[in-house]
Amino acid sequence: MISAPDVVAFTKEEEYEEEPYNEPALPEEYSVPLFPFVNQGANPWSKLSGAKFSRDFILISEFSEQVGPQPLLTIPNDTKVFGTFDLNYFSLRIMSVDYQASFVGHPPGSAYPKLNFVEDSKVVLGDSKEGAFAYVHHLTLYDLEARGFVRPFCMAYISADQHKIMQQFQELSAEFSRASECLKTGNRKAFAGELEKKLKDLDYTRTVLHTETEIQKKANDKGFYSSQAIEKANELASVEKSIIEHQDLLKQIRSYPHRKLKGCDLCPGEMEHIQDQASQASTTSNPDESADTDLYTCRPAYTPKLIKAKSTKCFDKKLKTLEELCDTEYFTQTLTQLSHIEHMFRGDLCYLLTSQIDRALLKQQHITNFLFEDFVEVDDRMVEKQESIPSKPSQDRPPSRSLEECPIPKVLISVGSYKSSVESVLIKMEQELGDEEYKEVEVTELSSFDPQENLDYLDMDMKGSISSGESIEVLGTEKSTSVLSKSDSQASLTVPLSPQVVRSKAVSHRTISEDSIEVLSTCPSEALIPDDFKASYPSAINEEESYPDGNEGAIHFQASISPPELGETEEGSMENTPSQIDSCCIGKESDGQLVLPSSPAHTHSDEDGVVSSPPQRHRQKDQGFRVDFSMENASPSSRDDSCEGFPAYELDPSHLLANRDISKTSLDNYSDTTSYVSSVASTSSDRIPSAYPAGLSSDRHKKRAGQNALKFIRQYPFAHPAIYSLLSGRTLVVLGEDEAIVRKLVTALAIFVPSYGCYAKPVKHWASSPLHIMDFQKWKLIGLQRVASPAGAGTLHALSRYSRYTSILDLDNKTLRCPLYRGTLVPRLADHRTQIKRGSTYYLHVQSMLTQLCSKAFVYTFCHHLHLPTHDKETEELLASRQASFLKLTLGLVNEDVRVVQYLAELLKLHYMQESPGTSHPMLGFDYVPSFLYKI
Amino acid sequence: MQKSTAVHLLQPALGKAGEVSWYPRKWRILKPCHREGGLFLVRACSPASSCCSARVHQGPLELPKLRGLPGGASARAHSEQRAPRNRRSRLRLRPLLRSDCPNQASVAGYGSAFGTKILPQLWSAFLRPKSPLQTIGEEQTQNPYTELLVLKAHHDIVRFLVQLDDYRFASAGDDGIVVVWNAQTGEKLLELNGHTQKITAIITFPSLESREEKNQLILTASADRTVIVWDSDTGRQVQRISCFQSTVKCLTVLQRLDVWLSGGNDLCVWNRKLDLLCKTSHLSDTGISALVEIPKNCVVAAVGKELIIFRLVAPTEGSLEWDILEIKHLLDHQDNILSLINVNDLSFVTGSHIGELIIWDALDWTMQAYERNFWDPSPQLDTQQEIKLCQKSNDISIHHFTCDEENVFAAVGRGLYVYNLHMKRVIACQKTAHDSSVLHIAKLPNRQLISCSEDGSVRIWELREKQQLAAEPVPTGFFNMWGFGRVNKQASQPVKKQQENATSCSLELIGDLIGHSSSVEMFLYFEDHGLVTCSADHLIILWKNGERESGLRSLRLFQKLEENGDLYLAV
Repeated sequence: MISAPDVVAFTKEEEYEEEPYNEPALPEEYSVPLFPFVNQGANPWSKLSGAKFSRDFILISEFSEQVGPQPLLTIPNDTKVFGTFDLNYFSLRIMSVDYQASFVGHPPGSAYPKLNFVEDSKVVLGDSKEGAFAYVHHLTLYDLEARGFVRPFCMAYISADQHKIMQQFQELSAEFSRASECLKTGNRKAFAGELEKKLKDLDYTRTVLHTETEIQKKANDKGFYSSQAIEKANELASVEKSIIEHQDLLKQIRSYPHRKLKGCDLCPGEMEHIQDQASQASTTSNPDESADTDLYTCRPAYTPKLIKAKSTKCFDKKLKTLEELCDTEYFTQTLTQLSHIEHMFRGDLCYLLTSQIDRALLKQQHITNFLFEDFVEVDDRMVEKQESIPSKPSQDRPPSRSLEECPIPKVLISVGSYKSSVESVLIKMEQELGDEEYKEVEVTELSSFDPQENLDYLDMDMKGSISSGESIEVLGTEKSTSVLSKSDSQASLTVPLSPQVVRSKAVSHRTISEDSIEVLSTCPSEALIPDDFKASYPSAINEEESYPDGNEGAIHFQASISPPELGETEEGSMENTPSQIDSCCIGKESDGQLVLPSSPAHTHSDEDGVVSSPPQRHRQKDQGFRVDFSMENASPSSRDDSCEGFPAYELDPSHLLANRDISKTSLDNYSDTTSYVSSVASTSSDRIPSAYPAGLSSDRHKKRAGQNALKFIRQYPFAHPAIYSLLSGRTLVVLGEDEAIVRKLVTALAIFVPSYGCYAKPVKHWASSPLHIMDFQKWKLIGLQRVASPAGAGTLHALSRYSRYTSILDLDNKTLRCPLYRGTLVPRLADHRTQIKRGSTYYLHVQSMLTQLCSKAFVYTFCHHLHLPTHDKETEELLASRQASFLKLTLGLVNEDVRVVQYLAELLKLHYMQESPGTSHPMLGFDYVPSFLYKI
Repeated sequence: MQKSTAVHLLQPALGKAGEVSWYPRKWRILKPCHREGGLFLVRACSPASSCCSARVHQGPLELPKLRGLPGGASARAHSEQRAPRNRRSRLRLRPLLRSDCPNQASVAGYGSAFGTKILPQLWSAFLRPKSPLQTIGEEQTQNPYTELLVLKAHHDIVRFLVQLDDYRFASAGDDGIVVVWNAQTGEKLLELNGHTQKITAIITFPSLESREEKNQLILTASADRTVIVWDSDTGRQVQRISCFQSTVKCLTVLQRLDVWLSGGNDLCVWNRKLDLLCKTSHLSDTGISALVEIPKNCVVAAVGKELIIFRLVAPTEGSLEWDILEIKHLLDHQDNILSLINVNDLSFVTGSHIGELIIWDALDWTMQAYERNFWDPSPQLDTQQEIKLCQKSNDISIHHFTCDEENVFAAVGRGLYVYNLHMKRVIACQKTAHDSSVLHIAKLPNRQLISCSEDGSVRIWELREKQQLAAEPVPTGFFNMWGFGRVNKQASQPVKKQQENATSCSLELIGDLIGHSSSVEMFLYFEDHGLVTCSADHLIILWKNGERESGLRSLRLFQKLEENGDLYLAV
């Protein structure tokens, strides 16, 4: 059964990674050559499958009507990235799997050409020879000069890691849909402008012809028309027809359903443009010229040209470039979005998944996570809000799940599921549904299916791939329940095919496949077929039959589900439906078994049903991504002058929200040491919320901070009281002559500083003027310049004057002046004998410890009886003793640890009560406790 | 090495009166110890030879000749001391200078200390003033203020604070703006812009229950010779009076008559509707510096050295006109009167620039008591001269009074004095309560006294009955160690001379509030919300009881939870 060699090769790899012991040896007859790239690198991580490119990139290709498939551009636009990878060949591959229901032209029974607002198709395609796997997003742009008015394009995310593509499919799809939407919006605008120009030309031509005809009529009174006159009249008629056609086209392009755009938050100016467009639509008499400048802002008088009756269909004419097709503004916006995507998915799959889980978990702690988490999360939250706006047009579809509900991307990498995947494989891509509804449907699916019927569909479906000879394609589409609601009853009756049947069928197909896997999920980013077109052009959606009913769980990748659902589904997948494996397992299972179509199982014929299936908005992690690019990206030089690279959050935190742009630029300045980051910088200037560079640089930053913190802990025996100072809200002043050293330590220690709210940590990396009381209220960690001259005396004087508010770490003399610490918390947090070697590991250790601490603070803060008397007569002393015993006995806090939790509790209270975070600084709390001077 | 040593030794430069520093191979004046240019501490050293010395100099300083101490003290004496390099030795004090006046002697301390990981406090030296400043360490168990909130809205010295109601107060200062704050949250409620120059007086005009106008008014007088009346709730400028010939320096409200008075070069009487009822003739060019109401429709005004009693004649059946009459001039003060307050219904108290405290009978305007020996508590003869020289009148001028039923508390120069009304004598004093002049004092209900000073600190004192005279409080912390919050107990010399039963109580320092970087002009005490201080550094600081605030925050937290419906009480 298993015979696709490449695929099995991947199994070997998997085996090596995940199941070194348990995997039963393959029978002899199934044995395959070893992992072919084993010689290139001893370990599978070294360079995945010997891909010819160094890292993931995005390729935009076009199926040119003149030269065929051709690559247009790559992101990043750097030849080093794709190396010797054959872009031309790959373009051919990816363009050859365009499943868009693209259809333009004269449909039967219609007088005029009709535009079809085609959905994008999304395909996963593998080419193991090249070692490349790609998410391919096809889209069609309109061009008046092109054949059939359409120009097929595609954007492909190319990675050497197949699993990454598979598991991030949903996210990729969502992100690329945005990019595509942006391109298409620009294109519609440009196309409308082009049409208007053409109409002008035609109008002018008509006038000219008309005049000529009249002249000829006058010149010729003989009562019959000369052949010349007849020709003219014909010409005139054809012009008239052409005008009508073009007007119709213009109407069509303008009738593009505007509501579709509401979910697209990428193009902020778009709505205005659309409204503009709408208002312009009434005044078509004033067409505008240039297609690549803003249509409605600059309108030089357009001089109509005479159009030759016979348009020259010549191949030497220059086709419009993508930029011309899409209006420069939108084009650049798209490029920005694409480079954002590139950044977002940079890095290892495990890393991406972990950070997704991480973020999802963090979102659950929305009350406490402001304390120690990066303020990238703020962005997340903002994005959340944006996303909670219904992103898709279908009105009666259940509103897209808000992110709070689906906090955990479901990643099943358990042995069980892995094993079962050997047995039976089914991609289960669940549509977003309410729990009960989903359950119900599932039951019906399993109970009532008609294998025969569906096998037919399957066959039909597979024909294309069989003929292609070297690939298997798995096709599936989501549909919105709104459109297909009428077919619900049918669905439960007709549909599902048993997974086993599907599998066997699919396997038989797979024998044919030589070396590639394709999973196609046509989940259109929008349902673009206007109602009136649907009826008249059923053929436009003739792939309909293979489309599963959205309600039945059309293929889609479910990366996460809501917690209650999680348990159930997990159970289900373990017990009775081995086939139902989460999308995340696809990567794992697809090594041994080819991914299987579940879609045919759910298909049903629905003749007049319409493909109008919004993809589920399920973008768990598209924001706030973190990319680890310290490995290959950071050039050694940039690593050396690390102090330069520290982000300076030196802005007043309260102003940070307002001045985010400024902070961004400052971040950029610092992180500009690598070209990659600087390319982010350009991204960040846009309004794409997720492209906040802090998220990017933070990883390297974290690693280095962790490293330096570790160094500090090992080097200084008095690290504990210093960290205690930070945790308990006592400002720590790091005093030193050398700015670089001070900055480095301040950045390292900043990981222990609790934030006030959703903005930057209260850390000032470098100050040279004498400190003031305001500074202690504002900053909790300050790097202070020591000036070894009488001028510096003022600084020191101020420091000693305000000594009760500060702990002073003197780097030059290696001393620390601060209160005594005798707790047990910090020793665990900062053990100088820790076995942790790596900065990032230590950072994570700190984070986990601090999270634990936060939860203690949370419990303490929100325990009613600890803060309020249970009855009127209770004295304050009783309350205080209850607090003390709770802190000590229940939370297990010793001595000064109590202060830490109390301080965090105060911050929590303030944060919870704050209506608008960032408006004011919290008060400066302090203790009257003696300080001691520590020395190495 | 040399450099780092120097830096190291710069750190402890925290002498209270003198300064210490370390300059390699060079003599140098460090800082005048007194403003009048009396004492200088000079120090020089050579780190290379690990040798250093300190010198104290008094008088006009010329470096070559370290002579010329007044009073015959030969203060040029200096000694050189080898600084031990062993940092583990215990802290020592060494007088480096001997003079005939022990009180002027200075010591330089060096040493190290206490345990392995604690750095030595290196060089420290200071001049010990006559009465050393009492200091308190970091451990202030009785100090309730453990939270502060810095309020910034002013651009210049903030001089006045006035309480509006239970939770609001207004601040005003040299930038001419008045800001209304919420004392609970520190929120800035209103900013009143109208004056073009600095504000010279501010007072609230409470609303009358009977009247329709419920709104409380704020009256502000400014150096731009206007008085503006504000509505304290809306911030609206109710009216602006600009018919003054001179700057109005004081305002007072006679609530009984529902009028208010403005005192500049003359005295004007206004009613609530801001009609000028009557005014006096031109009194003096210096103008009225203080104004208080006394019984029988009288007010007493301090004009330079004299006190003038005015009587206000309200309209009666006989005449419909208001009138103001000069009744009496009191000329008992020998210098300008700086402070004037009511003690109770029967008496008021005045204080002058040269330290005269006079208690007057409010009914017949006779002197009840006179006290002017604040600068002369010590019978010691040898210090007498020095004291006179050093303690210029500035040091004994009476800036502010506060009082309760028994005592009048006076801010005299840098010190605090408690004058008992029954015993008619000073029962407690703290001669150097602050490093420089005390500007404002207030008595709290719990026998506590708060003082603020030009040195930027606020101190909290407690008036304690003294058990026995022998237990004279010894100033503990005159050797202030930088970086080591421990009060040094071993006072080297017995300092304080007993003052033949002069005091029977003592003022104990129980806490200090350090926050302002410049002179603290005034403060305001809220029973519920803590203390508000304003300062020449343009800031206002709200000092709060941290524990109490924490409890309040919890309360609000649970209220909010309840509002949101997130609170489920366990049954």
